[in-house]
Amino acid sequence: MVFGFYVIFHGHYSPGGGFQGGTLLAASLLLVRIASGTKIANLQFKDYLATPYAAIGVIIYFGTGLLALIMGGYFLDYEQLPLPGLEGADLRYWGILIIELGIGLTVMTVLVLIYDNMVKGEDYA
Amino acid sequence: MKVLKLLLILVFALLLLFAASDLPFRGKADNQMNQRTSMTGTEVPGNYYIREAYNDAHTPNIVTVVLGDYRSIDTLGEQIVIFTAGMITFLLLRNRREDDER
Repeated sequence: MVFGFYVIFHGHYSPGGGFQGGTLLAASLLLVRIASGTKIANLQFKDYLATPYAAIGVIIYFGTGLLALIMGGYFLDYEQLPLPGLEGADLRYWGILIIELGIGLTVMTVLVLIYDNMVKGEDYA
Repeated sequence: MKVLKLLLILVFALLLLFAASDLPFRGKADNQMNQRTSMTGTEVPGNYYIREAYNDAHTPNIVTVVLGDYRSIDTLGEQIVIFTAGMITFLLLRNRREDDER
């Protein structure tokens, strides 16, 4: 899980980013689910939370773009984001980081969601 | 029939090898993909990305800048595709379970 966060946050300097880091985070959650079953894994990450979190990830990305649009720039133009104490290129740096976090959240929760739904489907079939 | 299949595969392999022999070498400076302008004479966008990516976003990784900044709407689409895939499994498996209970 630490390595997943490392891949997301270090994506600015080395290969990596939201998709890869989100997959690693999902792997850390899925290993617990495979090893110890749904009941214990639900203590770590509740299965009904996966869908809203995935939606929140999309909203983070879209909201960042929309906020830039509202503040007077183009859609997803990070230079217009209202973050204090930053300007120009540094603002783009943080904008990219925010959307990578949104992507990571969505990828992680969607992978967990797919696994959970498959396991539940087998139980009832 | 078997001989015909093998012959077809062989012919196709030879065709691919013939095509591959005409490919340009990797990393050669005067290849078309390394040129500053495209075949129609317009400037290649990758040129601008390589020169200005660090100045625009203060991020050393050009791939991150292209994916996250210049091509960010494409990345938003990718994220929505993944989200949709999750929603599809959610909806499909949910429906089947309710049908079983009836």
